[in-house]
Amino acid sequence: MSQKPQVPAIEGWHTMAAQPHLIGTQCESCGTYFFPKQSDYCRNPACDSTDFREVELSRTGHIWSYTNACYKPPAPFVAQEPFIPYAIAAVQLEKEQMVVLGQVIEGLTVDDLKVGMPMELVLEPLHETDDDIKVTWKWQPLAQ
Amino acid sequence: MSKEIAILGVGMHPWGKWGHNFVQYGVAAAREALADAGVPWQDITYVSGGATIRCGYPGYVAGATFAQALGWQGAEVNTSYAACASGSQALAAARNKILAGECEVALVVGADTTPKGFLAPAGGYRPEDPDWVRFYLGITNPTYFALYARRRMDLYGDTLDDFAAVKVKNSRVGSKNPRARYRKCFTAEDVAASAMVADPLRLMDICATSDGGAAIIVSSLEYARKIGKANAPRVAAISLVTPTFASAVVEMPDIATDSAAAAGVEAHAYRASLPVRAYEEAGIGPSDISLAEVYDLSTALELDWIEDLQLAPRGEAAALLRAGDTALGGKIPVNVSGGLACFGEAVPAQALSQVCELTWQLRGQAGDRQVEGAKVGITANQGLFGHGSSVIVKK
Repeated sequence: MSQKPQVPAIEGWHTMAAQPHLIGTQCESCGTYFFPKQSDYCRNPACDSTDFREVELSRTGHIWSYTNACYKPPAPFVAQEPFIPYAIAAVQLEKEQMVVLGQVIEGLTVDDLKVGMPMELVLEPLHETDDDIKVTWKWQPLAQ
Repeated sequence: MSKEIAILGVGMHPWGKWGHNFVQYGVAAAREALADAGVPWQDITYVSGGATIRCGYPGYVAGATFAQALGWQGAEVNTSYAACASGSQALAAARNKILAGECEVALVVGADTTPKGFLAPAGGYRPEDPDWVRFYLGITNPTYFALYARRRMDLYGDTLDDFAAVKVKNSRVGSKNPRARYRKCFTAEDVAASAMVADPLRLMDICATSDGGAAIIVSSLEYARKIGKANAPRVAAISLVTPTFASAVVEMPDIATDSAAAAGVEAHAYRASLPVRAYEEAGIGPSDISLAEVYDLSTALELDWIEDLQLAPRGEAAALLRAGDTALGGKIPVNVSGGLACFGEAVPAQALSQVCELTWQLRGQAGDRQVEGAKVGITANQGLFGHGSSVIVKK
């Protein structure tokens, strides 16, 4: 990998720490979490709050389900040439009671995954531009 | 007061990859439906079109586009866009007009010309658009179908053979449907030999996108009696409910489910809620159903729908399939049109095509695909952004 700076592929959706977190919001009134962030209106039908605070979501959870991408997705996805298939996991976060999708780190396949497997959030390159390396959140099996 | 309306006529332009403008398919379907109903075009006072967003500006004004193509004659028009439920929403609009006493007989029509391959969003940097986000991160439509399929394997013990068996079943019956796009009888070996797209789903587990058009002539029961069609099949229910917060299942195009962390909030599965309203409205239950047309975007999803429609207890749809119960001649045939597996999805026409099939079946006109003694049929589909529908048609 080059010496280019690493920047988030999508600005403000996760921290850049060694142990990164997704950044969501939480309704000050009812406690519902939102990812992506929601700061204007609460989507809980029993709540009409407009007050939210930014929160770091749990960085670990369990696999709800998983799959892979064997074909190159269309733009705006930026594919490596040649295209290398990658695994995808839907991970259930216990505290937030929500499921978040993401790629699984490079080098792992669906054979390495199982429903219920504990996972943690990490950052990995999504693609490279002339100026920088765009990184995003990915899931990797939690170190035991 | 009865909320039923009569189905006087149905028509479909064959599904395929014809490369024509969508209006042509809609007009062909409409003319077939009018002829089938024996109703002159000039007698139609309401044209309700299912819109497509992929056919440019005219797609946005589909009702008027079809009315103009058939020849302006002063009818009122409506255009509905509700993703995969567009046709059902257009049908509901016509039903409302009829039940309000403002229209006796209406044309409902939807048609589409679809692009090849993945359905992709507009470019740029648009993180506020969930569709843009997921494609940027490498999550396409088959990703979602595959996540659901894998979960069935893990929770219920469904196998790749089960998924292939859905394709084999649907292709066998679809081969007898002259309006289907794919009419080859595929084998389990064919499915297994097709390329993996999103594990565990192969190319032949996932439906294509097609060109197609479907149309329905609906009327008040009084009008049906007046023209000697008192025994025409009836629309007994149209459910168009939206989801209930919080979503239990991650749905296209979202990158995450809702959070069910707040007090008093439970996670709800949207698909299963769609037929509940339909059964209530029709005043019948799952045991009354003779056949079902469901949205098999993937083979595994047909099994999910069977359970969502309560035609099998949760987790037992594959057992029904293995016993041959969901095949033509079985206890509860599913997708005897051939389903999306044989048609490919033509979004604004697809929900209407499901109702067309039920109509032919209930009239006993389905030929080699006929379900013996069919009395009540149900459809189900789900699309993007909280759109879905379930329609019940009965004799």
